[in-house]
Amino acid sequence: MERKVHVQTTINGEAAEFLCEPRQSLLECLREILSLTGTKEGCNDGNCGACTVTMDGRIVTSCLVLGVEAQGSEITTIEGVARGNELHPLQKAFLEEAALQCGICTPGFIVAAKTLLDQEPHPTEERIRWWLANNLCRCTGYDKIVKAVQKAAAEVNQ
Amino acid sequence: MKWFDYQAPRTVGEAVEAMTLHPTARALAGGTDLLVQMRAGRRTPDLIVDIKKIPELNELRYEPGAGLTLGAAVPCYRIYNDAAVSRAYPSLAEVANIIGGTQIQGRASIGGNLCNAAPSADAIPLLIALGATCRVTGPNGERTMAVSDFCTAPGQNSLEAGELLVSIHLPETPAGGGARYLRFIPRNEMDIAVAGAGVAVVLENGHIQSARIALSAVAPTPLPVDASALAGLAPDEGALRKAGEIAAAAAKPITDMRGTADYRRHLCSVLTRRALASAIAAAKETK
Ligand SMILES: Cc1cc2nc3c(=O)[nH]c(=O)nc-3n(C[C@H](O)[C@H](O)[C@H](O)COP(=O)(O)OP(=O)(O)OC[C@H]3O[C@@H](n4cnc5c(N)ncnc54)[C@H](O)[C@@H]3O)c2cc1C
Ligand code: FES
Ligand code: FES
Repeated sequence: MERKVHVQTTINGEAAEFLCEPRQSLLECLREILSLTGTKEGCNDGNCGACTVTMDGRIVTSCLVLGVEAQGSEITTIEGVARGNELHPLQKAFLEEAALQCGICTPGFIVAAKTLLDQEPHPTEERIRWWLANNLCRCTGYDKIVKAVQKAAAEVNQ
Repeated sequence: MKWFDYQAPRTVGEAVEAMTLHPTARALAGGTDLLVQMRAGRRTPDLIVDIKKIPELNELRYEPGAGLTLGAAVPCYRIYNDAAVSRAYPSLAEVANIIGGTQIQGRASIGGNLCNAAPSADAIPLLIALGATCRVTGPNGERTMAVSDFCTAPGQNSLEAGELLVSIHLPETPAGGGARYLRFIPRNEMDIAVAGAGVAVVLENGHIQSARIALSAVAPTPLPVDASALAGLAPDEGALRKAGEIAAAAAKPITDMRGTADYRRHLCSVLTRRALASAIAAAKETK
């Protein structure tokens, strides 16, 4: 029987609920049902990382998660990174270091990098590059992204 | 994607019942193979059975002497973040760390890697080399089989209708044992193996007591290789050369966009030599 499923979850610290079809990805649910369009779709097959969100503290590609799997879990998206009008150090560093051009990869990079800095305040450059290997950028050539993450790490540690 | 229903049972019994009632049902672990294949229309299940809420499938338990029980749905990150498991099976922790990137490792399981039965699957050759077995439960009860017998064709495994992989079991690493999986990919990460070699060795009294080799991406399934000719040899350059020759001779590669058959055969030789050298070095440390 084709019935929508009621999903209760927590998104960016607030209780959220939505109705979705089991075949809808978490990415679709976020963007199309909840209008949280900060999370981007690139490849839709797990390779590019543009759709990165955290689920129970781990980063995942939301195109490879079913919306129904969010039941009872805690999701954070790019919309939950800034504190009110105060940008997160990573967001500031991306702007200051010009770590974006078209910007479609940026939400994914920032959510992924934030999870790294939350658990490891002093990552080496190599560690940053490995951690972000699941995030692709067609514009910047990565160096400025890595520099921005290093700069944000320094600021977070102040 | 075509419409399907979704269930998230709490017990193995409920999962088996659901899979038995719906012959096209698929188990969902991390979904990093399954959801990609469904979106491409290559699989069209009418029911998805999410197995991640079943406690047995989330078990990760190392018992000195008895070995490792790895629940089929345990995601890769839990393996390499577990200090005891990483110490007892460094080669397994390393494989869990090369499947995809951080996001994929947050979801992808070794059980899914095995059930998906890709010829290029990175974990399977290592599991075969380590002598892993798997526990399967279905409508007719439970059975155990060797991982080396599990894959039957590209994307096909020997699970019967309604059967579920519950866990993978690794025997304790014997004194003098070491293992390593190496693959070749054109990038440093996030790519599909052109070829790969998993090797496990046991040293005794300065000689190779036994060795196991299995290869990826050079046959329709991950390929176990008969390495009995290495037994009794000194763990030196001659044994490495011999291992490379055995692997290259056993490989049945094809030519495709990732590499020619000749190139893959050459890779088997190089990767097997290097993996054996590394396994020997690890074995000397476990003595
Ligand atoms: C970007 C990206 C990079 C990748 N990189 C690699 C890589 O480097 N190396 C590599 O080997 N693979 C790679 N993969 C493939 C994939 O991530 C792995 O094969 C992974 O281990 C699959 O595990 P899963 O838990 O996601 O499986 P799922 O997708 O959940 O399941 C895979 C298949 O097995 C079946 N299944 C799962 N569990 C069971 C069970 N307990 N009982 C019965 N059937 C079951 C499912 O129905 C499905 O058919 C990559 C995939 C992506 C998207
Ligand atoms: S859109 Fe999800 S990884 Fe590319
Ligand atoms: S800024 Fe365009 S893809 Fe990264």
